[in-house]
Amino acid sequence: MIYSLLVLSSPLAGSSARTAADFAGAVLARGHTLERVFFLDAGVQHGAVSRVLPQGEHNTLDEWLELRRTHSVELLLCVSSALRYGMLDENEATRHERGAATVHPAFTIAGLGQLVEAHQQSDRLVTFGG
Amino acid sequence: METNPKSTLIVTRRSPCQGGIAKSALDTVLAMAVFDQPVALLFQGEGVLQLLPDQATELLGRGSLSRQLESLPLYDIDSLFVDAPAARHYGLDLTLCALAISPLEDSQIRDLMLQHHTVLGF
Repeated sequence: MIYSLLVLSSPLAGSSARTAADFAGAVLARGHTLERVFFLDAGVQHGAVSRVLPQGEHNTLDEWLELRRTHSVELLLCVSSALRYGMLDENEATRHERGAATVHPAFTIAGLGQLVEAHQQSDRLVTFGG
Repeated sequence: METNPKSTLIVTRRSPCQGGIAKSALDTVLAMAVFDQPVALLFQGEGVLQLLPDQATELLGRGSLSRQLESLPLYDIDSLFVDAPAARHYGLDLTLCALAISPLEDSQIRDLMLQHHTVLGF
């Protein structure tokens, strides 16, 4: 079965971010395909390259990067949410005259059309947070 | 994009001033419509407050959802529903709402969810 995920909550809010990352790992472990993870609203903060967590705290970024590296899962950040939360890749940082990119290069900034496409191409679209 | 579109029900449950999630739900509804995907919208729980008229969101330095809500029929989005018990709980007068919207009781909401391929909660 082909899955895509929609992540709405911040990596620092509650447990749904951790649940999303765990769910993604479980989907793949069961032999399903995980096509795309779309991060929307506060969820775009998952793509932050610059977060520094205290020792012993869990950073879901590592899990998303592992999914990208091992299974080529697309990691997409909604563009309007990304701008609102200050999540800029190199292009957006240049376009909006900000000093540096804040998004990890494994993530891609994309429009909501990519979420619609994920919905069409997947058997299941599962939401986390909100 | 494939043909054979799947129907989607977007459920919006947050008040209009609680972060940006209500706007993200509306943006998703509009994106679905722009790509010719069948989409319906249900205002549930605190989300019914998005339907309040005369919201002075500029006092919070925020944009208003009202204009975007009122534009939904222009995108042929006319499957609009509101959680009737929640509307009663919040004292919402639906006759003041600028949208043609159908109030649904709990059992009807359950049926609505069953009628859609995908339910996305915001």
